[in-house]
Amino acid sequence: MSGVLASMIDGLLVGAVYGLAAMGLSLIWGVMDVINLTHGAMIALGMFCMYLLFAAVHISAYVLLLPTIGVGLLLGLVVYWMAVHWVVGRSILMSLLSTFAVNMMVIGIGTAVWSTSPYNVNFVLPGITIGAYTFTGNHIAAAIAAVVIALALQFFLYRTRTGKAIRAVADNREAAELMGISSTAVLSIAFAIGIALACTSGALVSTLFPFTILSGSVYQLKSFVVTILAGLGKPFGALVAGVLLGLLEGVVTPFIAVSWIPLIEFGLFVVVLVAFPQGIFGKRATA
Amino acid sequence: MILRRPFFWIILLIAAGFIYAPLHGDNVLLREDLILMAIAIILASNLNLMIGYTGYVNFGHIVFYGLGGYVGLYLTTVRGWNLVLSALVAGVVVSLCAFLFGLAVLRLRGAYFALATIGILEAVQAFVSNFNPWGRATGMYLSFESYQPLGGAMRALWIIYYLIIAVMALSMILSLAIKNSKFGLGLFAIREDENAAVVLGVNATMYKAIVYSVSAFLPAVAGALMFYKNGMIDPSSAFEFMLSLEGIVMLMLGGQGSVMGAFLGGALYEKLRSYLLTSPALSNFHLVIAGGLLLVVVLFAPGGLIGWVYRLVPRVRKVIE
Repeated sequence: MSGVLASMIDGLLVGAVYGLAAMGLSLIWGVMDVINLTHGAMIALGMFCMYLLFAAVHISAYVLLLPTIGVGLLLGLVVYWMAVHWVVGRSILMSLLSTFAVNMMVIGIGTAVWSTSPYNVNFVLPGITIGAYTFTGNHIAAAIAAVVIALALQFFLYRTRTGKAIRAVADNREAAELMGISSTAVLSIAFAIGIALACTSGALVSTLFPFTILSGSVYQLKSFVVTILAGLGKPFGALVAGVLLGLLEGVVTPFIAVSWIPLIEFGLFVVVLVAFPQGIFGKRATA
Repeated sequence: MILRRPFFWIILLIAAGFIYAPLHGDNVLLREDLILMAIAIILASNLNLMIGYTGYVNFGHIVFYGLGGYVGLYLTTVRGWNLVLSALVAGVVVSLCAFLFGLAVLRLRGAYFALATIGILEAVQAFVSNFNPWGRATGMYLSFESYQPLGGAMRALWIIYYLIIAVMALSMILSLAIKNSKFGLGLFAIREDENAAVVLGVNATMYKAIVYSVSAFLPAVAGALMFYKNGMIDPSSAFEFMLSLEGIVMLMLGGQGSVMGAFLGGALYEKLRSYLLTSPALSNFHLVIAGGLLLVVVLFAPGGLIGWVYRLVPRVRKVIE
């Protein structure tokens, strides 16, 4: 029984990282109605960014999160001007396909450079041992980092001018423009932040598990599930839903093979979509 | 009715060309090239029913092909059925699954459905990799004797080739028939404005579920034939995510919504792909090039190749659909 409890706590910690990843997806989706299919690829780039930085300078992986965020913001701007700006407001088919095209390119380049063999970031924090169980320090630190970043985003969105502008554009783009907000600037900033969140969560995941360039797709699926659970445009809800998903994984992993998890997550995804189309925390209808 | 459409006869001509070309001089290499091309065209044509006609992206179209392969190979090897029958049964089983599944999932509009299809791919792959009767991650193999009923492996390959060309022709005829039917009109209405379509009396959920299951049938048959030809199947070859993505690239490249577009896209992309994969400098980058191509088409030429032809010579529209 205590084994399940330990697994649940572990799931909770990892879930915070899922939540962080989903926040990026949810922010972009909520603000510009674009489903960012580069999400998985950006998570994978975050992993490799951490790997390269850590290989170059041997300092704490958590300090390296800061440059990773910077790289993520930059990447976000590049992707926005390459593929997203032109399709905002056009049919959803177009934005799905254009972000998807970027995803293919990133994965293609990544596979050519790093192949699909696994990498890992060899950084270990001492863990905490309670009874027979040890909680690794990396999991605890990653969860703390995820929560801190999530709180920072919440502060940014609700307390700063730019953050408020982003929420205004999400609410009603035309009205926001009439109030003198440049929606292009706001959209590109929001997109960059969304990508930066994906990269950061990828960087955190890289300190927990081995990864390949294709690992991102697993977390992309989780992000979709979490975003749907939380409801669109609810970044903090995404964190909570992420923790819930992690908890669920923690509960089921002692009993079934890990390879079944995508099936369970997908089942959850469909059930939630059909039963609560606005998400568990959501109110407004967007579909 | 459909016999009166000139394009119907063009499809038959194309199929005849596919059959005649490798027969001439018993050209086995050409046959192998053409079979891959035909598979690409089958996938693109049936995907067109979803993306081009209904405006719904299906990222997991390859699921039908792979599942068809699994059911077909299971029936031929474990149950010992004959090839054509098991391919047809595979098609029926897969489309039935797709229909039931579609009824549940196609309540979802637009983007949500697209996300669900990514999930379907991952979920089906997870299921098959854990499913004991289908050999889990190692898959299933065909013994060499299985080709005996068709008169030995050499003849079997030719028979399978003709069958796949037939499936290709049927895919295009199906697209043409749907395009010229009331059902097709309903789909176009859903694509243009789903709410308006519903108000005008189109049962959108039912239409979408039907087109989803129809688009599953022929790829599943093709999968059953193709994996019988390959003699083995395993989850990673059956549910090759890349092929699912490339199907979308083919369709967009050729021109979504057009029967000829799907054909052109499938044929040209397959040609490009085999060139890229064999060229030493570019083989690592074929995915990058495919992605770049898709991006360029989406941003600058949403109508694809055929859209460009239509703009150049508008009258072509009447003949080439």
